[in-house]
Amino acid sequence: MIKIVEQPINTEEVIDLVKSDAAGAIDVFIGTVRNKTKDNRVTRLEFEAYDKMAISEMEKIAERAKSQWPVEKMAIYHRKGILGIGEIAVVIAVSTPHRKASFEACQFAIDTLKETVPIWKKEVFENGEVWVAAHP
Amino acid sequence: MRIQILSFGIAKDIIGGSTTEIEIPDDQNTVGHLKSKIIDQYPRFEDLRSLKIAVNNEYAQDEQSISAEDEIVIIPPVSGG
Repeated sequence: MIKIVEQPINTEEVIDLVKSDAAGAIDVFIGTVRNKTKDNRVTRLEFEAYDKMAISEMEKIAERAKSQWPVEKMAIYHRKGILGIGEIAVVIAVSTPHRKASFEACQFAIDTLKETVPIWKKEVFENGEVWVAAHP
Repeated sequence: MRIQILSFGIAKDIIGGSTTEIEIPDDQNTVGHLKSKIIDQYPRFEDLRSLKIAVNNEYAQDEQSISAEDEIVIIPPVSGG
């Protein structure tokens, strides 16, 4: 249910993982590569991951979500390597009995992922590159 | 004792590779001391928004002690998603 992949993510596959007869809602977050940051045109993103720890931190997120909301299943796929504009970097899918909890648990998962999971993204521009969020 | 350290992201750029070794005195074998040594040797770490250390796949507190057998990784500010 939790994976770091080097090939394009199949969103349908991630959604299928969380389907459950007890669920009345599945919420899906898809993070995609944007073509600019402020006024700088982005040409690609490069993701690096400390795989072992990234997986264990994402597992913790799923566990915490399950302790706070009535989550049936949660799946998180994060891609690494070089991604072009419009490609999918992350997919989070969560199923719950009712919709409100699925929205909340999914938002919690992506917000926490951005704070705790050891994955790094470099934005490559036409005239330079920067590790995102590295500096204040 | 010599501590082997792995690095990712901007930490790799600052160190100039994905591994380095840091010498710390045996009586100062804590994450906090290690961080100070890293910043002494590579002052650019001070410019980062944060600097964390992972010991054996878990975020470590400054007072945690370390040994040469631990897997120690510099975690610069993360930016997944």
